[in-house]
Amino acid sequence: MARLFPIRHVIGYIFSLILSVVGLGVVFWDLNPTAGLWILIVCALIQASLQLVLFMHIGETDNKKSLYFNIAYALFVGLVTIFGTLFTMLWGW
Amino acid sequence: MKWDEFFVTGEPMIYAAMVSIVVVSIAILIGLTYFKKWGYLWREWLTTVDHKRIGVMYILSALIMLFRGGVDALLMRTQLAAPEMKFLDAQHYNEIFTTHGVIMILFMAMPFVIGLMNVVVPLQIGARDVAFPRLNAVSFWMFFFGAMLFNISFVIGGSPDAGWTAYFPLASLEFSPTVGNNFYSLALQISGIGTLMTGVNFIVTILKMRAPGMKLMRMPMFTWSVLITNVIILFAFPVLTVALALMMFDRIFGSQFFTMANGGMDMLWANLFWVWGHPEVYIVILPAFGIFSDIISTFSKKNLYGYKSMVASMVVISLLSFIVWAHHFYTMGAGVMVNGFFSITTMAIAVPTGVKIFNWLFTLQKGKISFTTPMLYAMAFIPIFTIGGVTGVMLAMASADYQYHNTMFLVAHFHYVLIPGTVFGVLAGMYFWFPKIFGFRLNEKLGKTAFWLIVVGFNTAFLPLFFLGLSGMTRRMYTYSADTGFGPLNMVATIGAFILAIGFVVLCYNFYWSFRYSPRDENGDPWDARTLEWSTPSPVPVYNFAKVPNVKSMDALWEAKVNGVPLYEEGPYEPIHMPNNSGQPFILGLIMFFLGFFLVFSWFIPAIIAGIAVVVMLALRSFERDHGYHIPPEEIAATEQKLRGDSV
Ligand code: HEM
Ligand SMILES: [Cu+2]
Repeated sequence: MARLFPIRHVIGYIFSLILSVVGLGVVFWDLNPTAGLWILIVCALIQASLQLVLFMHIGETDNKKSLYFNIAYALFVGLVTIFGTLFTMLWGW
Repeated sequence: MKWDEFFVTGEPMIYAAMVSIVVVSIAILIGLTYFKKWGYLWREWLTTVDHKRIGVMYILSALIMLFRGGVDALLMRTQLAAPEMKFLDAQHYNEIFTTHGVIMILFMAMPFVIGLMNVVVPLQIGARDVAFPRLNAVSFWMFFFGAMLFNISFVIGGSPDAGWTAYFPLASLEFSPTVGNNFYSLALQISGIGTLMTGVNFIVTILKMRAPGMKLMRMPMFTWSVLITNVIILFAFPVLTVALALMMFDRIFGSQFFTMANGGMDMLWANLFWVWGHPEVYIVILPAFGIFSDIISTFSKKNLYGYKSMVASMVVISLLSFIVWAHHFYTMGAGVMVNGFFSITTMAIAVPTGVKIFNWLFTLQKGKISFTTPMLYAMAFIPIFTIGGVTGVMLAMASADYQYHNTMFLVAHFHYVLIPGTVFGVLAGMYFWFPKIFGFRLNEKLGKTAFWLIVVGFNTAFLPLFFLGLSGMTRRMYTYSADTGFGPLNMVATIGAFILAIGFVVLCYNFYWSFRYSPRDENGDPWDARTLEWSTPSPVPVYNFAKVPNVKSMDALWEAKVNGVPLYEEGPYEPIHMPNNSGQPFILGLIMFFLGFFLVFSWFIPAIIAGIAVVVMLALRSFERDHGYHIPPEEIAATEQKLRGDSV
C-alpha cells in the first residue's frame, strides 16, 4: 500500500496550494511592488520546478536529447511571452 | 434573474431558431427511439476510444459548425448587401460577427483539423491507435460540450458581442454587462483544455508509436505538419487558458486584471490574446500545408520536392509564429522600435512560406498530374493563398497598417488565407481520406461542381472587400449610407457569398448521393497513393494494421508497389492489444458543460456541485483498473479475409 501511495503527487499538490496562497497574500497585504514581485518570481520558479520534478517526472527518462529540446522550446516561448509583453506594453520603446 | 432575461426575447429570427432547435431535437429523439438506435449510438460512438471514430465525430461536428458559421456569414452579407439595410440591427450584427468568428476558428477550423489528424496520423505512422486513446475521447467531449455551451448562448442568455477577439475594456463587466462574454470565456476554456490534451496526445503518439523503421525523416509530410502543429498547441494554448481564466475572474469574481481602474491593464488582454492568437492561425494552417503536400505528391506521381526544406520551413514558421503577435495592434500606440521589430519578424515569415510554395510548384513540375477533386483544391490553394500572403506582407508594414487596420481590407486578407488555406485544405483532406474510413469515394462530378462553385463564390465574395477596405469601409460596421459608394461592390460580395453557400449545399448532397450510389472500393488504395494508410483495407478495421508494417524508406507503400519491397512480414498473426470503450469521457464532458453553464450565470451552489462531480470523475478514473482486451489471431485472420480476400 505504501508503495502505491502517490506521495510525490500529494506533496506537489500541497506545495502548489501553499504557493498559491503566498501569491494571493502578496495582493491582499499590499506589499510594496518590488518585494511583491520578488516573492512572486521566487514562487513561480519553485512552482515550475515542482511541476517538472514531482508531476512530470523529469529526469526519469534516458532520452536526454528530447528532454533538452523540450525545455529549450519551453524556455523560448516562456521568455518570449514575458519579455515580449514587457517590451510591447511597458518599456516604452 | 427573470425568465425573459434568461431566454433571448424580442427577435423573430431567434424565436424561429428556438422553434427549429426544439423541433429538430424532438425529431432526433423520436428517430433514435423509433429505429432503436440508442444502444448503437452509445456503444459505437459516444463511448468509443477508437481514433478513427473520434476523428469522424470531430469532422461531423466541424461540418455542422461550418453550417452555423456559414449561416451567420450569410446573415451578415445580407445586411451589408445594400446601403441602409434594415435586416439586422447594430446589436444583432455585433453578436453575429462575434459568433461567426469564434465558431469558424475554434469550432470549425480547429476540430476539422484535429479530426483529420485523428483519422490519419496513426494510420500514416503504422500505429494501432493514439498514445492515450481514453484521453483522446476526453479531448473530443471537452471540445464538443464547449462548442455546445457556446452555441446555446444565442437562445439562452444572449450571445457574446465584443468580437471574436473580445477586447477589453469593451468585453469587461462594465461595458458588456450581459452574460454573453461569460459564455465566451467558459466555452473557450472548456474546449481549449480539450485541445491542449490533444496536443500532448499527438506529440507522444508521433514520437513514440511509429512503426519500426519509420524514422522521423521518413514520415509523411502531413504527419510532420501535425507534429509541429501540436508543439505549437502545447505552447500557445496555456496562454489562452490563463488569459481566459483572468477574464473569467474579472467578469464573474470581480477581479481587476483587465479593467481600467485599480491597476488593471485593458491592453494586456489584447496582448495575451494575440500571444496565443497568432500561433493559433498557424495551428490551423500548418496541417493544411501538410495535407496539400501529400495530395500534390500523390496526384503528381512524384515524391515531394525538397522534403527536408519542407520540414525545416515548418519548424522556422513555428518559432517565428511566437514572435509576431504585436502586428495585430500596431495602432495601439507602441513606439517605433516595437512596431519595427514586429514588422520585420512578420515579414520574415513570408520566407519559409515562400519556400513551401516553390516546393509545391517543383513537385508539380514534370509530374503526371491527375485533376481529382482533392487535387483541384490544392491547385486552387496555391495562387489564392499567395494573394492572401502578399496582402499579409502589406499589412505587416506598421506604418501602412495605420491605413489598413480594421478595414475590410483586413477582413479580405484573413479570409484569403483562412479559406484557401484551412478550408480548402480540410475539404481536400476530407475528399482524399474519405474512402479510407467509409470504403467508397465521394462522387467526383459532384465534388468538382462543388469545387467550382466554392472557388468562384469565394473570390466573388472577398475580392471586392480589398477595394472596399482601401476606399475606407471599416470592418464590423453594420450599415453604411449610399453616399459612401460602397453599395455596388458589397452587392457583388453578397452574391459571391450565396454562390459559395450553394457550393456547400452541393458538397452536402454529395454525401447523400455517394452513400447511396458510389461504387464500393476494392483494394483500399483508390488513388494509387504513396503512404502507409493506403496499405490497409478500407474501411479500416478497428486494429488498423493486422501486422505492424516494416518501413524501409520514405513513401513506403509506393516503394512496396513499385520496387516490390514487402511492407509486412510473412508469418502468423499475433494477438492485438486494444483499449476498452468507456462512457466516462462523455459524462465528464457533460458535467463540464453544466459547470460552465452554472458559472456563466454565476449560480455558485450548482457550480460547486458540478465542480465536485468533476473531481469525482477524475478520481474514479485514477483508481480504475482497465487493461483493455486482446483480439485473438483467428478473429484477425477472419476479418482480414473478409476485407481483402486472400492477399497479404
Ligand atoms: C463561408 C464564407 C464566409 C463568409 C461569406 C464570411 C463573411 C464574413 C463577414 C461578412 C465578416 C464580418 C465583416 C465585418 O463586418 O467586420 C466576417 C468576419 C470574420 N470571419 Fe468570416 N466569412 C466566411 C468564412 C469564414 C471562415 C471559414 C473563417 C475562419 C476559418 C472566418 C473567420 C472570420 C473571422 C475571424 C471574422 C472576424 C470576426 C470579428 O470581427 O470578430 N470566416 N466574415
Ligand atoms: Cu497574426
